Amino acid sequence: MYTNINNLKQRKVKSILLKSFIWFCGILTVGILIYILLFILLRGIPKINLEFLFGEYNSETLSAFSSIVATIQMILLSLTVSVPIGVFCAIYLAEYAKRGNRAVKVIRLAIDTLAGIPSIVYGLFGMIFFVNILGFRASVLSGICTISIMILPVIISSSEEAIKSVPDTYREGSLGLGATRLRTVFRIVLPTATPGILAGIILAIGRIVGETAALIFTGGTNVLKNPTFNLLSSQRTLAIHMYMLAGEGLPHSRDMAFATGAILILIVFSVNYAATKLAGRIGRLR
Amino acid sequence: MTDKIKIENVDLYYGEFQALKNINMNIKENEITAFIGPSGCGKSTLLKSLNRMNDLIEGVKITGRMLLDDVDIYRHMDPTILRKRVGMVFQKPNPFPMSIYENVAYGPKTHGVKSKDKLDEIVEESLRLAAMWDEVKDRLKKSALGLSGGQQQRLCIARAFSVNPEVILLDEPTSALDPISTMKIEDLLVEIKKKYTIAIVTHNMQQATRISDKTAFFLNGEIVEFDDTEKLFSMPKNKKTEDYITGRFG
Amino acid sequence: MQRTKQTGINEKIMQTIFFLSALISVAAVIAICLFLFVKGMPAIAEIGFMDFIFNEKWTPTNTPASYGILSMIVGSIYVTGGAIIIGVPIGLMCAIFLAEFCPGKIYMIVKPAVNLLGGIPSIIYGFFGMEVIVPIVRENMGGNGYSIMSASIILGIMILPTIISISESSVRAVPESYAEGSYGIGATKEETVFRVIVPAAKSGILTSIILGIGRAAGETMAVVMVAGNAVMPVDKINLLKPIRTLTANIVTEMSYASGLHESALISTGVVLFVFIIILNISLSLMKSKAQRN
Repeated sequence: MYTNINNLKQRKVKSILLKSFIWFCGILTVGILIYILLFILLRGIPKINLEFLFGEYNSETLSAFSSIVATIQMILLSLTVSVPIGVFCAIYLAEYAKRGNRAVKVIRLAIDTLAGIPSIVYGLFGMIFFVNILGFRASVLSGICTISIMILPVIISSSEEAIKSVPDTYREGSLGLGATRLRTVFRIVLPTATPGILAGIILAIGRIVGETAALIFTGGTNVLKNPTFNLLSSQRTLAIHMYMLAGEGLPHSRDMAFATGAILILIVFSVNYAATKLAGRIGRLR
Repeated sequence: MTDKIKIENVDLYYGEFQALKNINMNIKENEITAFIGPSGCGKSTLLKSLNRMNDLIEGVKITGRMLLDDVDIYRHMDPTILRKRVGMVFQKPNPFPMSIYENVAYGPKTHGVKSKDKLDEIVEESLRLAAMWDEVKDRLKKSALGLSGGQQQRLCIARAFSVNPEVILLDEPTSALDPISTMKIEDLLVEIKKKYTIAIVTHNMQQATRISDKTAFFLNGEIVEFDDTEKLFSMPKNKKTEDYITGRFG
Repeated sequence: MQRTKQTGINEKIMQTIFFLSALISVAAVIAICLFLFVKGMPAIAEIGFMDFIFNEKWTPTNTPASYGILSMIVGSIYVTGGAIIIGVPIGLMCAIFLAEFCPGKIYMIVKPAVNLLGGIPSIIYGFFGMEVIVPIVRENMGGNGYSIMSASIILGIMILPTIISISESSVRAVPESYAEGSYGIGATKEETVFRVIVPAAKSGILTSIILGIGRAAGETMAVVMVAGNAVMPVDKINLLKPIRTLTANIVTEMSYASGLHESALISTGVVLFVFIIILNISLSLMKSKAQRN
């Protein structure tokens, strides 16, 4: 049919070049990660001291204590709001919704839309609605309300995935014994799906901790000398603390910005690790 | 007729499990050789070793020699060249998600044919060889996935032709097809054996009797009997062969 | 076991509660759209639509004030485009690496690394950009470092996890049989990957790119810290000169803005929001078209 054109050598060379480039990109990506992490950790960890973590805020300590407390409040309270709503929504989608139902399509569209909205837009909405219209003013409360909406898609999708991975055989076993749908969900499905749901919650925590743009106009950039539990006071979170320090331009601020960054990275590390371990448990269910 | 493929003392292991035991056989040029036997007897495994597709599976170990025109295909031949000379048609039709034209042109393009005229020529010739040209000549640019199962399989055969092989291996090529497509493909194989050496794995003994010149009966990784098809089916030398072909098991 | 009427009622109540929880997402989206537009549209009306979108003069503190966001729109486009140019090739190759070439043990290192990269907060990226990328650009390419180039590099890195994870799944999802057919013909592994597998994964890869665009366009903190935030006249835009994006515009001035100025910033947010919605719609359309095929 056609004479044997021996271009094999050419092809081999091309293949080797491609393969090297592919490996290079893989290594590059890991390299970038390591560089970023080390850069911040190596300069930041040495600067962390007790004063910085637990002391009163003043221009010497630049303490992150109140920010840490504010961040924790934000995490706990936003989760308290979002997790029940998110898990219930996931239950609806995974257990009760009929495929192709018009309402389901709209709901999914809404969730996808929420997931894609940039954090600055959430911040603007929070400012307009919670800070101004509802009159909460710049406060931890406004921040919590804004964040709750922001993490809803994360909770919903990971919970839905966790619920969907529970084998149907479990449900059939329960229903076959005469249990109601509801009982099956609460006694069988949810407990089995818990690791996956937890993984989603932990990922949401990671997002909350790292969030800045959504909180600048809602939680505010104010820093209190000592932490408070007054939700109506304006208080910056850890991430915003880092942003403010980075912008101050003074050497001491810069040092402590590194320190704050190191803390943030350590939190993200643990979050990721915990989520991976838990997500691994859903994998084993299949 | 010469021995196109010589298989000498071949053992094959998937990890700990031995799938082929001491295989010795010669496949003659321009003949159709059928491999028959119950599921898991090693016939597909041997077939896939002939074009080194087993290389893609992890943990496979092969000892012994396999020769194509007296050249060791494992030690002295590049797999990409081997697979150009020894083509394969798989059990489930697997056309690429591309147009019919692109499916057939893929092979020659890979092996260096760049001229559009040449490619057009090769595509037409391959489709004619597969007895498909008239059916598809007006829709070469349409997706191959729109063809019926039987047509897709013949497209895969045309694709195998496109690189001008010397040997064609077929792994239960008609098991997923309807009787009419099966018949078309069987006729095709008988027609082309004048130019190619063909080895076919089949579950269907009638198919083996219809089209093959020689048949090898496999059991538990060994060749129990290998003879002219007529002789094997009418006067099998081994009792196990007789049991299989008369349906006592398998 | 007798099914009591109470159980039936409980079922119905809970089912309604579940459904209402699901509707909250819809309510949230509606609320966000509503309040943003209600606050933002009057400003656009007062400034004049053409004047808002196509005027490059943004001088809210002058008299008379000018509220044109053209420079920021172009800025966002440049910075997002740059991020795609840098992030997509590397990300796609890395995805192919993970899906086709990476040995198991190394996968255990690279895959978590990619996930971790995706979890890093944007201010960390921004800070890293400010401390590392900006000086590198300044020393090796010119300008003062705070530029479109720096922003593109940092954003390119930030979208890597998005591109990689979705593209990797798509490549993995391509049926083995396609690859087998290609090997059977005598193609090498690299030829098979690039001529058969990757084209078959096209739609997933495109999805990842669109999501990457969304992320890059919506990013605020990282950009604010490396792009310089100067409002550039459109004809003076230069890769090595500073730029202000739509997102940076909002953050930089909101703290001291009031009245029409404040509303104009909200309108900037509306423009961004509309862009994201359009992106989402294109994605949905693409997905349903792919499903029909």
